[in-house]
Amino acid sequence: MGRKGRRGVLEVSGVHASYGPIEALRGVSLRIEAGEVVALIGANGAGKSTLLMTLCGQPSARQGTIRFDGEDITRMPTHEIVRRGIAQAPEGRRVFPRMTVRENLQMGELAHGRRHFSEDMDRVMALFPVLAGRSDQRAGTLSGGEQQMLAIGRALMGRPRLLLLDEPSLGLAPLISRQIFRVIREINEADGVTVLLVEQNAHHALGLAHRGYVMVNGLITLSGSGSELLADPEVRAAYLGGEP
Amino acid sequence: MPSALRESLFAAMIAAILAVPLIGLEAASTPTGLALHTRWGAAAVAVAAVFAGRLGLSLWRGRLPFRAALPAGFGAFAARHRVWISVAGVLFAVALPFLPFSNRYVLDTATTFLIYVMLGWGLNIVIGLAGLLDLGYVAFYAVGAYSYALLGTHFGWPFWVCLPLAGAFAALFGLVLGFPVLRLRGDYLAIVTLGFGEIIRIVLINWSNLTNGPRGIGGIPRPSFFGLPFSADPAPGTESFHTFFALDYSSIHRVAFLYFLILALALLTNLFTLRIRRLPIGRAWEALREDEIACRSLGLNPTLVKLSAFAVGAMFAGFAGSFFAARQGFISPESFSFIESAIIVAIVVLGGMGGQTGVVVAAFVLVVVPEWFREFAEYRMLLFGVAMVAIMVWRPRGLLSHREPVVRLDAPGGGP
Repeated sequence: MGRKGRRGVLEVSGVHASYGPIEALRGVSLRIEAGEVVALIGANGAGKSTLLMTLCGQPSARQGTIRFDGEDITRMPTHEIVRRGIAQAPEGRRVFPRMTVRENLQMGELAHGRRHFSEDMDRVMALFPVLAGRSDQRAGTLSGGEQQMLAIGRALMGRPRLLLLDEPSLGLAPLISRQIFRVIREINEADGVTVLLVEQNAHHALGLAHRGYVMVNGLITLSGSGSELLADPEVRAAYLGGEP
Repeated sequence: MPSALRESLFAAMIAAILAVPLIGLEAASTPTGLALHTRWGAAAVAVAAVFAGRLGLSLWRGRLPFRAALPAGFGAFAARHRVWISVAGVLFAVALPFLPFSNRYVLDTATTFLIYVMLGWGLNIVIGLAGLLDLGYVAFYAVGAYSYALLGTHFGWPFWVCLPLAGAFAALFGLVLGFPVLRLRGDYLAIVTLGFGEIIRIVLINWSNLTNGPRGIGGIPRPSFFGLPFSADPAPGTESFHTFFALDYSSIHRVAFLYFLILALALLTNLFTLRIRRLPIGRAWEALREDEIACRSLGLNPTLVKLSAFAVGAMFAGFAGSFFAARQGFISPESFSFIESAIIVAIVVLGGMGGQTGVVVAAFVLVVVPEWFREFAEYRMLLFGVAMVAIMVWRPRGLLSHREPVVRLDAPGGGP
């Protein structure tokens, strides 16, 4: 788990990235301070997931720089970036279906050495009590919400300083997604992990986040504190269904 | 049932296209040369058989729950009693040379069987655990065999020195092959490894200076029992196995010794696999098979993980290869053709990828059973195909497919 007082500053400046001929990021700049929760919202295909993948070097940025705690990580291979303290719970959960919950959690710690396994596992079980009763169950047999919890828990096993979450509430019942958002806040407040949260569920995400960015067609078009963005008429119209 | 009829007609048409040249025409030698005879009757029977068979299959499948045709409890039974089955199997294997019915033929067959079991377990690391479909596994087997044959005949190095070296050479070849093909997955990887297997064989045929080409290498020194040779009349002043233990000389001693040697090597492979599955690297192999992207996002380096799986799998093939060379006393490139790779892959796939007991059962079905039915050797490939189709229909995940979790919190029962 991250520890309070450690840094986790991410600076992204002028990043371009493309999948083949399609330019998905067209000069994205943003900054995340240590201990913040930052939400990134935007429509489908705006480039939110691509930005998360680019932060992890898959694909690596064509142009621009990405710095983590002052170190340039733009051209590093994924496993080097992850070892520096950035963890990602990737889109679509991607737990190892034929391995048990416990084995999945062990995988999260594998690349970081196995010094604190039981301590970290206890912490994950405390965050997600529903997993505690299922530690010997195959991950593939868990419900969608439990798999999402496992994916987040697995990412936490490496004690990251920055946690990247790609649509953690996708396809989950409202009750479950509220639970997951509550845990994200707890990870941030109690463990001091910096969080970058990509979400379709703008209302929840902005309610939770200290700050937010709005992304349109591979560019950041708007930024501000969570409450500012929630009050912004454009954001309301585009992402919150235009409710009054 | 018009659709069943249409399918059957189509199958019959395909059969007709194949049967006319293959069955309908026969080249017979006559005093004046070759003459072409026709056997349209036989061809017609073949086509009719295919039509009827396909029709029967369609109708039958419509009526019966197809999957229930094989006892469903079989796999579950094997899974529940796997420890006892394994212990009984090992005890039987150790006792085999002392049993009343065992003779030279039985031990020779059992030795061949164990070579394939060992190769199956070795390849299971690559295919079953790491999920890399390697169709050129026999190449590493060949590297191991030639390592021992060359070191043994040229420098006179003993088997026990060459065995680890053969494993090391094969592992090195595994790294050399692994490096360029790491970016490939699935089918593409299979094709490249298949090509690599053939390249090794062709190099062995053509590099006559080193490998003696297709004539092979003979006079490979036999392994000794910790320095005691198995010779009928040892040179004056030296001891051989039977004089040292004050036994009457019998050629079966050497056969039994080789049998125990491969049994030990195979069990070593198995214990290694069971152990490494619990270690971080083994866990990483399994995770890589499940989801490569997730592995990357957890900070694992897929290149290293794949390379290590290739090298470790190759190492065991190298051990098995050097044993093969020592046992045969003669090796040639013929022993390392693609069909060997195919049999080993079939053993792993039929055994249920990743499972250890299934490999033994599959090796028995594919290696020992054909040995019993030697008279039907011509139909071996046909039976092979039938067995494959049957497995894919009834047990698409292998004869014994059941992955045991390697870490548990408490007593079994928490699983699904």
